[in-house]
Amino acid sequence: MSPLLDIRELVVRHGPRTAVDHVSFTIDPGETLGLIGPSGCGKSSTAMAVLQLRRPDAGEVWFDGQELTALDERRLRPLRPALQPVFQDPYGSLSPRHKISDAIAEPLRVQGSWDRTTGPARVAELLERVGLDPAHGDRRPHELSGGQCQRAGIARALACEPKLLVLDEPVSALDPSLRAGILNLLAELQERLGLGYLFICHDMALVRHFCDRVAEMREGRLVRTTAVTSPSPPR
Amino acid sequence: MSSELPSMDPLLSVRDLRVSFGAVQAVRGLSFDVHEGEVLAVAGESGAGKSLTARALLGMPPRGATVTGSVRLGSDELVGAPRSARTALWGRRVALVPQDALSALSPVHRVADQLAAAVRSVDRTSRKEARARAVAALEEVGIPADQARAYPHEFSGGMRQRAVIAMAMLHQPDLVVADEPTTAQDPQTRRQMLDLLARRTGATGTALVLVTHDLDTAREHADRLLVMYAGRLVEAGPVEEVFARPRAPYTAGLLASVPGEGLGAVTYGAPPRGRGRPQAAGRFPTAPPAERLAERRRLPAIAGAPPAPTDLPPGCAFAPRCPLADATRCRTEQPEPQTHDGRTVACHRWRELPDDPAELFLESL
Ligand code: SF4
Repeated sequence: MSPLLDIRELVVRHGPRTAVDHVSFTIDPGETLGLIGPSGCGKSSTAMAVLQLRRPDAGEVWFDGQELTALDERRLRPLRPALQPVFQDPYGSLSPRHKISDAIAEPLRVQGSWDRTTGPARVAELLERVGLDPAHGDRRPHELSGGQCQRAGIARALACEPKLLVLDEPVSALDPSLRAGILNLLAELQERLGLGYLFICHDMALVRHFCDRVAEMREGRLVRTTAVTSPSPPR
Repeated sequence: MSSELPSMDPLLSVRDLRVSFGAVQAVRGLSFDVHEGEVLAVAGESGAGKSLTARALLGMPPRGATVTGSVRLGSDELVGAPRSARTALWGRRVALVPQDALSALSPVHRVADQLAAAVRSVDRTSRKEARARAVAALEEVGIPADQARAYPHEFSGGMRQRAVIAMAMLHQPDLVVADEPTTAQDPQTRRQMLDLLARRTGATGTALVLVTHDLDTAREHADRLLVMYAGRLVEAGPVEEVFARPRAPYTAGLLASVPGEGLGAVTYGAPPRGRGRPQAAGRFPTAPPAERLAERRRLPAIAGAPPAPTDLPPGCAFAPRCPLADATRCRTEQPEPQTHDGRTVACHRWRELPDDPAELFLESL
C-alpha cells in the first residue's frame, strides 16, 4: 500500500528563520500520526504546508499519488477538499452569523456538488454522523456548547469527503468533560471512513493514546519517530 | 506540605457564598475553608462559577453581581463590606494573579516603575527605597536587575507572568488567588509559572487558591482540591485521596476520561542526525502494528455538556449526564455536601459508586 501522505525533505522558511528543516514523514490511510513538540518547534508550519495553505520553500508533498508541490493553484484546487483542517478553537472556525447547517453546506456549494433536493438530507446525515441533532443545524455557533461546535466543524470537514484530516489541537480548548467524546468520535470516523489523521498536540499522554505513531519536532527538525505499540490504559 | 488540616482557625472561611446576576445564580451556596500556607485548587469547567468565586474571595465581584453569604479573611468580613474597606486589603492582604499577564501590566510604564508604584501605594517609602524593593522582587522571580527597567512588551510572555507574580507577592499577602488561563498555553510554561507561584507563596506562608479547569494542574500543585459543577461544590478533599478514589460520579468521570501516563511506546526509528544532512526521503520505517490501534482506543466519556446557569435541570445539576442517576431523588432534590473522614461530597449515591467507575462511563458510549 502506498502512503496517503508522503512528505519529503520539507523546508519552510519565515524570512531568515527556517521553521521547518528537511522534515520527512508518511501517513497511511486509516493511520494517525501525532506531531508533538514545544510551541514554535514548527508543528503548525508543517501543518500549513501539508494543507498547502503555505507553499513550502523546498521539498515535496505527495498526497494520494500526486505531487502537490508540483501543481499550480488551478490544478491543486480540485484536490484541496480531500485535505481538511480541524482547528483548536471551535467557535473561530465557524462564521458567527451563519446557521450551522449553512456552514456545513458551504463546502458542497463551493465544490458545485450542492443539490437542492438531496443537499438538506446530506447535511442532516452529516450532523447525525458527528452526534448532533438535526435541530442543531438551525442554530448559530454561539448557541452551541464548545463540544457541539467542534462537532459541527468536523461535520463541515466531512462534507468535503476528505481523505486526510489535519487535527490541530482539536480538544485543547474544550472543557475537560467534552474532550473524550470528541476523541471517541474522531476514532470512530477514522474506522468507518479510513481517514488518515495528522494530529498536532502538545499532550504526550493524549498523543500516545490516540496515535499509531508519534513524531517529535524540535527547532524545525524531526528528532524522533516512535510507534505506539499498545494504547495507554486509562488511569 | 502536609495534607492534614492544621488545628488553627482557617485563614479564609467561605459560607453559603452565592453570586447572582439578576435572577440568575451563578454560584449557588458554596462553603469551604483555606488555611494558612495551604494550596487549594478550585477546579471546574466553563459555567461552573469558579472565576466568580475567585473574584468574590478577593472582594472584587464583577459589576452587576450580587454577592451573599460570607467570606471571612481572618476577622474581616468581605461580603457587604464597603468598597473602601475591601480595596484596602488589595495588594496588602489579598492579591490576584490574573489569567492574562499583559492586561495586568500597563504598557506605557517600565516594569520596575510599576512595581515601585505598587510598593508605594501600600508603604510610605522613598522612591529610591521603593525602586530597590521592586528590583529585588523581580530578581526573586528570576528577572535580572538590568532588565527590570524594560517595558512589558519587551518581555517574553513567561517574563511578564513572572513580573505579575512578583507584583502579587510584594507585600507578602495572606492570600493569593491565581486564575488560570482556560485557553491552551504551552504546558511547560504554565507548569513553570505555577511552580514559581507555589514556591513564592510557600516561602512566606501565603495561602494560594488556584482556579483551574484542569485536574492535572490541581494534582501537581495543590494540597487540596475542590471540584465545582454548575455553581456548586461536587467534591473536596486532599488531592491525592480524591485522585485515588473519587467519590462523586462527575469527578470519577473526569478522571477516567483522561488518557493514562502513556505506557507502551517504543522508539523504532533512528532520529536523523546532523543539521540538514539529507536522509532518504520520507523513509522512516512505517508503523509496525499490523492492526491499527483505533479499535482499542475508546475513552470513557461523560455524555452531554455542562448546563448554562440560565438553564439548570431540577435536582442534581449533573443528573442528565450521570450514569449513576436514579429517576427519583437525583431528578428532584439537590444533593447537599456531606463530610466524612476529611472528604466532602455532594451526591445522593456516592456510596454506590463502583470500585472501577471508568466502566460506568464506557457504557454510555
Ligand atoms: S446526586 Fe445523583 S445525579 Fe447527582 S451525581 Fe450523584 S448519582 Fe449522579
